[in-house]
Amino acid sequence: MTALRDPEVVGARERFSRWANRHRKWLFAGPSIIFTALLLAIPLGWTLFLSFTDAKRSVRRKFDFNGLDNYVEALTDTERFWPAVWRTFAFTGGALFFELILGMIIALLLWKPFRGQGVVRTIILLPLVATPVAVGMMWRLLFEPNIGFVNEMLSWVGIPPQPWLADPATSLATLTFVDIWQWTPMVALILLAGLTGLSDEPQEAAKVDGANGWQRFWYVTVPLMRPVIIAAVLLRGIDALKTFDILYATKGKGGGAFHDVETLNVYAYGLSFDYNEYGLASAVLILFFLLILGVIWVLQMQRKGKDS
Amino acid sequence: MKYRSKTARFVAAATTAVVAGTLVSCSSGSEPDGGEGIEGTTIRVTLANHVWTETLKDLIPEFEEETGAKVEISQLAEDQLSDQYNVKLNAGTDEIDVLMYRPLQENKLFASNGYLSDITEQVEGDTDWDWSDFQSGPASLTTYEEAVVGVPIITERTVLYYRKDLLEEAGLEVPTTLEELDAAAAAIHALHPEVAGYIGRTGKSAAVTQFSAFLFSSGGQWIDEDGKSAIDSEEARGAYQYYGDLISNHTDATINPEMSWPEAFAVFQQGQAAFIADADSLYKNMTDPSQSTVADQVGFAAFPEGEAGSKPYNVAAWALAINETSANQEAAWQFIKWATSKEITLEMSTLGVMGARTSVWDDADATAEYPAELVEAIKINGENGVGEDRPLVIQVAEAREIVGEPIVAAIAGGDVDAAVESANKAFDEFLLEDAE
Repeated sequence: MTALRDPEVVGARERFSRWANRHRKWLFAGPSIIFTALLLAIPLGWTLFLSFTDAKRSVRRKFDFNGLDNYVEALTDTERFWPAVWRTFAFTGGALFFELILGMIIALLLWKPFRGQGVVRTIILLPLVATPVAVGMMWRLLFEPNIGFVNEMLSWVGIPPQPWLADPATSLATLTFVDIWQWTPMVALILLAGLTGLSDEPQEAAKVDGANGWQRFWYVTVPLMRPVIIAAVLLRGIDALKTFDILYATKGKGGGAFHDVETLNVYAYGLSFDYNEYGLASAVLILFFLLILGVIWVLQMQRKGKDS
Repeated sequence: MKYRSKTARFVAAATTAVVAGTLVSCSSGSEPDGGEGIEGTTIRVTLANHVWTETLKDLIPEFEEETGAKVEISQLAEDQLSDQYNVKLNAGTDEIDVLMYRPLQENKLFASNGYLSDITEQVEGDTDWDWSDFQSGPASLTTYEEAVVGVPIITERTVLYYRKDLLEEAGLEVPTTLEELDAAAAAIHALHPEVAGYIGRTGKSAAVTQFSAFLFSSGGQWIDEDGKSAIDSEEARGAYQYYGDLISNHTDATINPEMSWPEAFAVFQQGQAAFIADADSLYKNMTDPSQSTVADQVGFAAFPEGEAGSKPYNVAAWALAINETSANQEAAWQFIKWATSKEITLEMSTLGVMGARTSVWDDADATAEYPAELVEAIKINGENGVGEDRPLVIQVAEAREIVGEPIVAAIAGGDVDAAVESANKAFDEFLLEDAE
């Protein structure tokens, strides 16, 4: 008890207390920042390290540094790497484009209150809560060329059976459709949140000025919604870029027999888990990571530019 | 119940601490002394989804009772199992004591990486258990650089499954040559346009193993004596072309180019195919009425002869091994010894799991429950069988994709010669790299 009365101890405590008060936001957030940094830094650092080595078969075997060899090998590979890059962007771009349009339509329809709105919202959200692997398996069965329900339905209206997932020419488009089916509700939800937060005044002012419905949407709603749209694009875009589960569940290893849905993710997975090429797989993953960072940077610049 | 005095509470607490301490030290994987006893040890076993696993799980309480050890099983589908090993064994885990693995696919890779314990002394040291009782083909697949690293548990051969009713209706005999097989498939499809004459695996990697019977029987091989690619020989080209035509020429259905056995079997089980050549170990999928609509019409035959005779594979599909970094080496061996004993293998056999022990195959009881035609086919295939079904290299997955490319081209009706040329070049490059 005597220690408490010691003026020096009291002074030190007060000083610490004042310091802690000043820096409280860092003190509280500190542990989680350190934890997250470690969780990110260790795997990323290890991947970066491996990407400069010739590690293969097992990382417990001896391996050597080989400089930028893996990067050169990946970037000059026109058979698997570049087609995978193209597919990654085609899949993401196609999915995002339709998800934004459909999401906006759904959000606009749900914007004004109506009877049974709760039920409609629940139904729309159903695909979102399904496990992607289960979704993949379900669509794989539905699109089965001979016994699948989709071709059965087409036959009712006299359309001959389509190969859907089986044909390399249509499989990527089919899987883009599955992604749109599953993730449009999320985009709709984000956009709906944005719409409900908008003030009514600009709309009313435009109405007074004689703007019709389309003009009000295009010249008032869309510009006001721009930050929300960009947020939706960011969230969904990054998610779509790294899609793996539905591709793997429907087409298996290597993105199918002709690598027809092999995106960068599927390619890197195959390199590490099927080929045990850890050095090259790490280089592909680092390139993929840089690509995602680049996309985020462009979108952020876009948002900042518009904001200012 | 309440402890009234302080002393009683102290004694109770101390006893609990001692008991808990003992249990913790037992379960933390302490190594039993030189095989004297494994009581109290926990053996962590990773197994694949397979009828063998299902059967063994029911017998494990007997092992636990006999030894006092506890067996913890984690069970996964084949692909997930393989991924799990890639991650855990690569990281040097000691969380796996015994692993079920595919010798054809993983023996060289795992053994050369140092993942598997050398159990030569154990297998050769126990005359009652009898290592010499194991068939030489399967046993050679679990050996690496003269060291035994695994014990085969399940063997299989390519058998020809056929529909008795369709053959009878078409007035055909069971085909004994590849030419007859093609003609029979054509005749049945002509009679029943909705039925495919032949169905088989079409997926690039998946098809390789079953295609091997066509390749070997045509006189081809994957790799020649000099360690170079042999897939561009006349015989191999012929086999690729034959297999592609057999699948695509006698059907009106859209061919799914990614079929492995479950998809191909499903077509046969639905009554939509006349023939399929696949592993005999899967026969229950065909004869079980809950899975197959044609269960009572399934016939079995030895693999048809090609130019070089009938040469299906006869291999160990699965084996058990000990993780090199496991702290429970002795207990793990005790488990393997028990799971691969004559008694268990015999019991497995009567339940339809085809083991690798010669003695069991000589036992009439072991095969009493099998269809007689299947036993006959297995015997013939066993005699003619080749000890491999895929290129036996280190990076098997990559090799399968390369040599499987012409299969896909042939089924799709593409240019087989061009596909063979490019696959041959890629396979030669691969073999050089793989040998490094």
